Amino acid sequence: MAITRTNIMICVGTGCLATESEKVLKNLELILKARGYDKEVKIIKTGCFGFCEQGPIVKIEPENVFYVRVGPKDAKDIIDEHIIKGRRVERLLYKEPFQNEGIDKQENIPFYKKQLRVALRNCGLVNPEDIYEYIALGGYEALGKAITKMSRDEVIDTVKKSCLRGRGGGGFPTGVKWEIAKAQESQVKFIICNADEGDPGAFMDRSILEGDPHSVLEAMAIGGYAIGSDKGIIYIRAEYPLAISRLKTAISQARELGLLGKNIFDTDFNFDIDIKYGAGAFVCGEETALINSCEGKRGEPNYKPPYPAQEGYWGHPTCVNNVETFANIPSIITKGPEWFTSMGTENSKGTKVFALAGKINNVGLVEVPMGITLREIIYDIGGGIQGGKKFKAVQTGGPSGGVITENELDTPIDYDSLTGIGSMMGSGGMIVMDETDNMVNIAKFYLEFTMDESCGRCTPCRIGTKRLYEMLNKITSGKATMADLDAMKQLSYMVKDGSLCGLGQTAPNPIISTMKHFWNEYVALVTDYDNPQGEGKYEAKNKIGIES
Amino acid sequence: MKIKSLDELQKIREDHANKVKLRDSGNGESDKIEVLIGMATCGISSGARETLNAFIEELDHKKIDNVKVVTVGCIGYCHSEPIVQINIPGQSPVLYGNVKKDKVQIILDQHIVQGKPVDNLILKVDFERA
Amino acid sequence: MTQPQSISVTKPMHEDLPEEKFNELEAFIDGMETTKGALIEILHKAQQIFGFLPRDVQLYVARKLGIPGAEVFGVVSFYSYFTTKPRGKHTISVCMGTACFVRGADKILERLKEKLGIESNEITEDGLFTIKDVRCVGACGLAPVVMVDEKVFGRVKEEDLDDIINSYKKG
Repeated sequence: MAITRTNIMICVGTGCLATESEKVLKNLELILKARGYDKEVKIIKTGCFGFCEQGPIVKIEPENVFYVRVGPKDAKDIIDEHIIKGRRVERLLYKEPFQNEGIDKQENIPFYKKQLRVALRNCGLVNPEDIYEYIALGGYEALGKAITKMSRDEVIDTVKKSCLRGRGGGGFPTGVKWEIAKAQESQVKFIICNADEGDPGAFMDRSILEGDPHSVLEAMAIGGYAIGSDKGIIYIRAEYPLAISRLKTAISQARELGLLGKNIFDTDFNFDIDIKYGAGAFVCGEETALINSCEGKRGEPNYKPPYPAQEGYWGHPTCVNNVETFANIPSIITKGPEWFTSMGTENSKGTKVFALAGKINNVGLVEVPMGITLREIIYDIGGGIQGGKKFKAVQTGGPSGGVITENELDTPIDYDSLTGIGSMMGSGGMIVMDETDNMVNIAKFYLEFTMDESCGRCTPCRIGTKRLYEMLNKITSGKATMADLDAMKQLSYMVKDGSLCGLGQTAPNPIISTMKHFWNEYVALVTDYDNPQGEGKYEAKNKIGIES
Repeated sequence: MKIKSLDELQKIREDHANKVKLRDSGNGESDKIEVLIGMATCGISSGARETLNAFIEELDHKKIDNVKVVTVGCIGYCHSEPIVQINIPGQSPVLYGNVKKDKVQIILDQHIVQGKPVDNLILKVDFERA
Repeated sequence: MTQPQSISVTKPMHEDLPEEKFNELEAFIDGMETTKGALIEILHKAQQIFGFLPRDVQLYVARKLGIPGAEVFGVVSFYSYFTTKPRGKHTISVCMGTACFVRGADKILERLKEKLGIESNEITEDGLFTIKDVRCVGACGLAPVVMVDEKVFGRVKEEDLDDIINSYKKG
């Protein structure tokens, strides 16, 4: 039997599947077989490479040649030229805008140059449906090390020393959360993975689950060991069918090898994982709401304290962590906390994954060390603004965040600096807007979202967001007065201060922040409606997004 | 089969290392020795594919894993195909001509393992790297 | 805790809600180890079987689980994934995530409504289409995105809509 000399890696994540990567895959397989090269060349289905703008992506190893926008018809040339004759297929190489020269190696593409992959380390590198590939890259060693060589306190201590903070948005230190959960005296504890990615425009959790599901399972087991829980739950959006099926495959493979189940690594540690489905509610990203939803109820948040770590799922101590947070854990255990703290800024260590989207050339998923500037992300990695237009603002933190303008692009980003400039880290959505976007319209878009997603439990949020949305509508249809602007500002702060959970407390942020930076656009709509700034039309789009 | 210890996990890792060894993580690790094989039409007709597979098999057999075998297009010395170029980091590239699959063994043993180029097979030493 | 097997409930069948479908749902519920906390899972299954969750199905689930109908309705109405109205043969979902919005998804949605003459969540007269606006499907690189059933159309322009609609009219 010939030994494999070449791997053809093809992305079958949601983004690339949408651009026919499955047909490409099929053609590659057919032609390879027809040419008689199917023994020495192997096709590997992988998760997301992150460079979704350029999908479908095919990478040839060991040459490390990176082909972009590969169509079903291109399969023939990849086999006949590259695989058989060793010639690069020039037209499929990535080209920088306004450059003629194709770039063949992944690491030479500007999009990847400044990236540092920790949470996404295996995405695009392994076949997510094969546990042995994950193990071959060192998978499950962290779990083995944790439960056979470390005490529970040592595991928690390691995570604390790494200064890992929650990647779902809150930024709460993960090690401290685990310590609180461990300290609870209870026979039954739960560890929950929050995979209810609700921020419209963020898709890193989906990519990790699709591309590297085992890293999350491994980390949950480590967490379970640390806090003394034998039961994990993954709460995932029903809208992510591919991620769900990959997770199911991964869980059953891990059970087969005894990496989940009873007496893992022949110790007395038992741990298993169940999947629970969300049903489309943004507020379920809030941990108490998430727990209610896991129990089959309406996903409304509860008053804290008691915190879930004290009283959570069915009243038992429960630790909720986000997908990306978990994906960092195995490397921290194997490589040690010092390795992790060598990356990042003083109070935010490690890396963060951002979903770069909007009016930018290279839309995709990027992982960068904390402390990088927005300018580097937008211009060096993102390739600048689409169509050569002028940058106006970038929204981070999704519907809970705020806009950041040109003046602040050189701020090194971490949890605290983003809060300092009036936005937040959030889950990592990063929407870039150009000069044609009207910021009042953007604020209205977000308010419509939060109004729609408000669970209705507390009045400031339920009624406040509705009133704010109505005011924005009044402004964008040219019927507002300056007094309305003042009233809206005041109401924004009332909703912020009076709401029960994070959704309501942050819902007015898009208004507060756009009013601060783009006050003139609000004023222009009030005083000079016929000559609006940015894109010139503001017909009230009433019903979008409202379920009747 | 259930994994009972870290050693068993390590064993599985080694058994399956082949599956992933061709890939690098994209972070630009380039301390590997490169074996470039010319795979143009004249190369293929002189047996470059067999040479390529012989390299792969021998490397696997000898468990050498710091070597990357890469196919390239025409190198330009059609009279001496198959052509193989060995790039050892920090040294000038060495070009071999007429490397049928029976020559693979000696190049591997002498040049790649011991670092001594096989003089009688060398086509031309010390040229600007293509 | 409720033992699902112990409760037998009359099935409110009529021509749109045939007995086989109720039987399938009943078998699913009876096959569960416990129904504690499983309401959402059961509703997912019910919607998959019936296509939507009309009042009769909600009441059936409530009685089967021995909980108030209001509790079931409370959950159904809370989550946007659940729908109480029937759908057309094809569901056209327009992604209204932020990335799609800034690349013009709102205009795509408006045009689609005009072309089909319906609002979101309504059915066209011929019963072929329902329009739905959805939150981020996670294909932001292809914004704006329109999905017809499971098939994703990326970088959609207003001009493309006719072709997309027509390709489903024939089939």
